[in-house]
Amino acid sequence: MVLGFVDLRSMVRGKTKQVWRDMSDLFEDPTPEKQTSGNAPEFSVSEIAGAVKKTIEGAFGRVRVRGEVGRVTLARSGHMYFDIKDDRALINAVSWKGQVSKLAVMPEEGMEVIATGKLTTFGSQSKYQLTVDAVEIAGEGALMALLEKRKKALAAEGLFAPERKQPIPFLPEIIGVVTSPTGAVIRDILHRLSDRFPRKVLVWPVAVQGDACAPQVAAAIEGFNAMTPGGALPRPDLLIIARGGGSVEDLWGFNEEVVARAAAASDIPLISAVGHETDTTLIDFVSDLRAPTPTAAAEHAVPVRAELLAWTSEQEARLTRALTQGLSRRGERLRDISRGLSDPQNFVNTAQQRLDRWSSQLDLALRTEVSRKRARFQEHAGAIRVASLQGGITQRRADLEKLAERLASAPGRYASRKKEDFSKQSNRLRSEIVVRHVREASRSAEGLFQRLSDRATRQQQDRLQKLEALDRLRQTLGYKATLARGYAVVRGDGDLVTSKATAEQAAALEIEFADGVLVTGQAGAPTAQPAGRKPKIIRGGGEEDGGQGSLF
Amino acid sequence: MSDTPVAEMSFEEAMAALEGVVGQLERGDVPLDQSISLYERGAELKKHCETKLREAEEKVAKITLGPDGAPQGTEAL
Repeated sequence: MVLGFVDLRSMVRGKTKQVWRDMSDLFEDPTPEKQTSGNAPEFSVSEIAGAVKKTIEGAFGRVRVRGEVGRVTLARSGHMYFDIKDDRALINAVSWKGQVSKLAVMPEEGMEVIATGKLTTFGSQSKYQLTVDAVEIAGEGALMALLEKRKKALAAEGLFAPERKQPIPFLPEIIGVVTSPTGAVIRDILHRLSDRFPRKVLVWPVAVQGDACAPQVAAAIEGFNAMTPGGALPRPDLLIIARGGGSVEDLWGFNEEVVARAAAASDIPLISAVGHETDTTLIDFVSDLRAPTPTAAAEHAVPVRAELLAWTSEQEARLTRALTQGLSRRGERLRDISRGLSDPQNFVNTAQQRLDRWSSQLDLALRTEVSRKRARFQEHAGAIRVASLQGGITQRRADLEKLAERLASAPGRYASRKKEDFSKQSNRLRSEIVVRHVREASRSAEGLFQRLSDRATRQQQDRLQKLEALDRLRQTLGYKATLARGYAVVRGDGDLVTSKATAEQAAALEIEFADGVLVTGQAGAPTAQPAGRKPKIIRGGGEEDGGQGSLF
Repeated sequence: MSDTPVAEMSFEEAMAALEGVVGQLERGDVPLDQSISLYERGAELKKHCETKLREAEEKVAKITLGPDGAPQGTEAL
């Protein structure tokens, strides 16, 4: 780079010399006539400006200028004006609207750049300027500074967060590879894939360096994500973004924000493998897995088929072994346990023996019992004689016949006797006698009833008369009737007063007339109060007490 | 023991299931009846894994892009 710069300077110096020579040609000719300056041809300002422009453009053509970007102005027209300077000089630079949109790097103040463009003049202001159509970052340090800045911005957005990382599928069906279709990288990847586990691979060809790199890589990632699983172009289930080693500038496309954002947004798990192990690009921070080399990416992408086949066989062997062992272990255990069981024949044998014994005894016992019964039978059978039995039977039969004869005549006799009794009795029975008896009895009953009621009425009248007479007597005998004839009863202090002396002593006197009681002296004497004794007094106040009183 | 039909399993699932079955059987604490059905399942899983491994084929294609940069088809690389 430094060499290039020196080259440029020497080139510029060379060209300048030539320009100088041309100019001397132009101006040195009239030198001999220096004294006759009046004859010197005259240029108009525009003519000289035009000549200068033509000279400068012709002498320099396209140049690359390295310097630090000064003030940058983006005009409303879309043109961009900026300065490029070093420690001693400054040059104006302009990028027209159409050029600005194609710039790979947008100049920023303080950025060390190499600007490529045509040197020209701006005659109306006596200026010269560089019309810039390409800007590159100058030097690794400057690039790294820019990369750091981007990294910080994306990290702040959380695009590097570990929780965003998707797991890499264990065995992807289809692998999408974004890389150059030619060159060692794709060969390495395909070779390693087919060594380990042959898979379907879709290669999306892209430029892996230069200005086209970043937009193409971003478009490829987005394009793979847009495919439908199982479609005509089946969507891969793993992406590998790969590029071989190169300079920082070569790898720069993978440091671009579009690429990083496309990788971060990918729904398909993504392995990045850009450059050598020591190169780290922006895409490595957002990818789900960073592989140090393209070959390593292929190793991460698929397992080794042979190993898996071996593993599968091993599993099968283990499976069979485990089952067989399980069976033999159980068989052994069964044998162990069954040894503990005694022979079932033993149980049967004992029982069999008992059965044999008893069944042999059964025969004997039966025979003994029969002979015993027979002996007893013969004992009794000896006493029975056929002749005596027959005699008994004949006797009983004769008795029976006799009884049968009697039985036949008996009912007739009994019935005729009872019939005789009945006719005798029925002759004595007459209905007139009964009727007469009834009539007489009812007549006498009527008479008795009449007498009873007469007697009762008479008795009641007698008693009523007697009661009235007695009541009249009671009235004449009571002291109340006496009062009506002009007598009075005097009471003092509640007691009957019968003498003057007692009357004088009494605090108050009550005189009872036929029509009421008169109180004299101290009215309401307390002694007159006891009510409980009152009936006694009245009774005592009667002229005749004693026997008459008891009548009430 | 999962009930997912073996045929629908991905290779990775079948692998994990097979590993589980082998482990279970090796521990030997499974009843006899079950150990036989486990063995059968293991054999099925193993077959499935093996089929998946054997059917692997290599097929490499390059995507061809249209003038607008959209994929148009594929061609051999």
